Amino acid sequence: MEQVAKYPTEKLKCWNEAKQIRMKYYQDYAEAHDKGGLRWAGGAWTFDSIPAGLGDDVYPITSEPYGATIAFDKKLSLECMEAAEKEGYPRDLCSYMRNYWGSIIIDKYPFGYSGQGEFVPIFQGAKALKFPKPDFIWQDHICCSHAKWYQVVSDLEGGIPMFTVDNAVGPSNELTDSKIKFVVEQLKDGIKFLEKVTKRDYNDELLFKAIRNHFISTSKWAEICNLNKAIPAPLDEKSIYSLYVLGTLQKAGKQVADFYEKTLLPEIKDRVKRGIAAVPNEKFRVMSDTQPPWSFLSIFRYLEKFGCVSIGSLYTFGLIGQWEIKKDGSWGAKTIPDVEFSNRDHALYEYVKYELHKPEWQHFYSCHLKSDMMIRIAKEWKLNGVMLHYNRGCEGLTVGIAENRLALLDAGFPVMAFEGNNADEREFDEARTKAKINAFMETIGAK
Amino acid sequence: MITMGIDIGAKNIKVVILKDNKIISKSNVLAGFEVEKSAQEAINKALKDAGIKKEDLDKVISTGTGEKLAPFYNETKSVVGCDSLGAVFLHPAARSVIDVGAEEGRGMRCDETGRVLDFEVNEKCAAGAGAFTEAMSRALEVPLEEFGPLSLKATEEIPMNAQCTVFAESEVVTMVHNKVSKANMARAVHDAMASRISSMIRKIGFDKDVVLIGGVAKNVGFIDSLNKDLGLKVVVPKDPEYVGALGAALAAAGWKGGK
Repeated sequence: MEQVAKYPTEKLKCWNEAKQIRMKYYQDYAEAHDKGGLRWAGGAWTFDSIPAGLGDDVYPITSEPYGATIAFDKKLSLECMEAAEKEGYPRDLCSYMRNYWGSIIIDKYPFGYSGQGEFVPIFQGAKALKFPKPDFIWQDHICCSHAKWYQVVSDLEGGIPMFTVDNAVGPSNELTDSKIKFVVEQLKDGIKFLEKVTKRDYNDELLFKAIRNHFISTSKWAEICNLNKAIPAPLDEKSIYSLYVLGTLQKAGKQVADFYEKTLLPEIKDRVKRGIAAVPNEKFRVMSDTQPPWSFLSIFRYLEKFGCVSIGSLYTFGLIGQWEIKKDGSWGAKTIPDVEFSNRDHALYEYVKYELHKPEWQHFYSCHLKSDMMIRIAKEWKLNGVMLHYNRGCEGLTVGIAENRLALLDAGFPVMAFEGNNADEREFDEARTKAKINAFMETIGAK
Repeated sequence: MITMGIDIGAKNIKVVILKDNKIISKSNVLAGFEVEKSAQEAINKALKDAGIKKEDLDKVISTGTGEKLAPFYNETKSVVGCDSLGAVFLHPAARSVIDVGAEEGRGMRCDETGRVLDFEVNEKCAAGAGAFTEAMSRALEVPLEEFGPLSLKATEEIPMNAQCTVFAESEVVTMVHNKVSKANMARAVHDAMASRISSMIRKIGFDKDVVLIGGVAKNVGFIDSLNKDLGLKVVVPKDPEYVGALGAALAAAGWKGGK
């Protein structure tokens, strides 16, 4: 095994700031009512700029990162899974969703206050708060679970006003004016719905600001991921998971846009300039795909023993990042639209037109679109192989993955597939996966 | 150069000692619950049969699910890597290797040096491994060594749809109630197992020279079902259960193809 450091390495300076943003997010949501604010729930994929127009004291909780947060706490996750199963929800449903529902059923939030009054995760010794019931649900629907997820949430909570936007209008290379307007009109209806259920007047200026934040967060995140083309890679996938998550929480939030643009991006640029590596013995580069088994992120550290860095994935690059093909044919961060919003309709049109290009939405329409993007990453990020997670916990992102495997092999990239579950640790075999990694590292010459 | 390969599998521990790439001894011991002790026993036996001492060994490589439980070794190497080396050494035309052991089924594609190009391993399921035939032979009250030959006497193909050992056993119970003959049931079990292994090997692709190794390669019923499913005749080397340990010993000797 390669143990010799080839490159200098250092910890990310912004690490604590990223952690604070995340903790404040969950605290703000929990304490929203104490300050006279509102709480809303919806997916990490939803058009989160829209509820921002209701005021600066409206706090979200996005479902997938919440499910992952619970998954990271193995004891709590098992409690949630078993509670959901006891209610009759089967084990083959989305595992994030089962964690989320379980958290409502057992009425436990994964956070609470320590003896010193600090807001911390309960695995750090705090007593769990009760699950903070949202005031309304604002969701999108492209994955088969999206709207159904919140229908159950609403039922479990005794009825919560809910609005869902159908954004499954086809791939971005077939986008038309009418498809954009189809989504825009739903958002306009949604704004009326929000005004009615919250009894608040909608503020378009706040909407415009949120959309601009959204543009910045998603473009700058792509720019950060693009910097990982450098050898050595300044970021490894385990760190990327901790950073991309901010975008999944609130990409329309100023704190996230500022963090990506003013803190993280300059730091990563500086790391590239100085040749600072995430993995100091980097010799081999791979990427993964779909959500990882959150309880077992140690597999990414395990790669380092072989001098192998996982540089990210289409999932982490494309769930938050917005991309475009540059003049030289390579992938780069999507240019932020240079527009002044004249009115609500105009802002919503630009927002939808931009957002429907999200890479992670494309493979719901065709696995070939995903294969093309993965092959592009494998080539441009100079990879030696690919690790595919056959993720039983997320049918939406795993569908077509076997086709992706064949396409990557045809393109000349060795592939290792491993089975697991993003949030149900009962479906992951760590020892066998590590044995597979051993064999895969031999295959690509890293052992 | 004298090298040793140790293959610590789920059920058995196999040891092969090579001198200038020629097998001078081999041993096979049940792993049991005290794996380290059993591994030492297997090593002692192989050393004794070879007439050498531990100090005479130039290099030792350990492989298998319990590779780290070997009492001593210089390196570890993956099972698929060792399997491919051993198979190509014994059958130089081999480019596809299937290893069906007690706990796992594996498929590999490799090059002429035995280097693995692609591989697949069955996960969390015993239906593609030796443990499946053992469970089924128990259910049918047929000694394991008679289970394969019995299958060749089948007169009918009966599909078995279960994807796991537990459910397969309940299908067998249904067959018993339906008065299906034991030979036909044995064939159904081997067909189901072969189907699972074939699916795995198809995923990575295979050539005409397919080598079958591992303990289950001694089961004539399974071989027959696999041949039918793949539409070819797999090559089964002598002592197929030792091929992983042989590959480990070859890796220790730095063998990379040729004789």
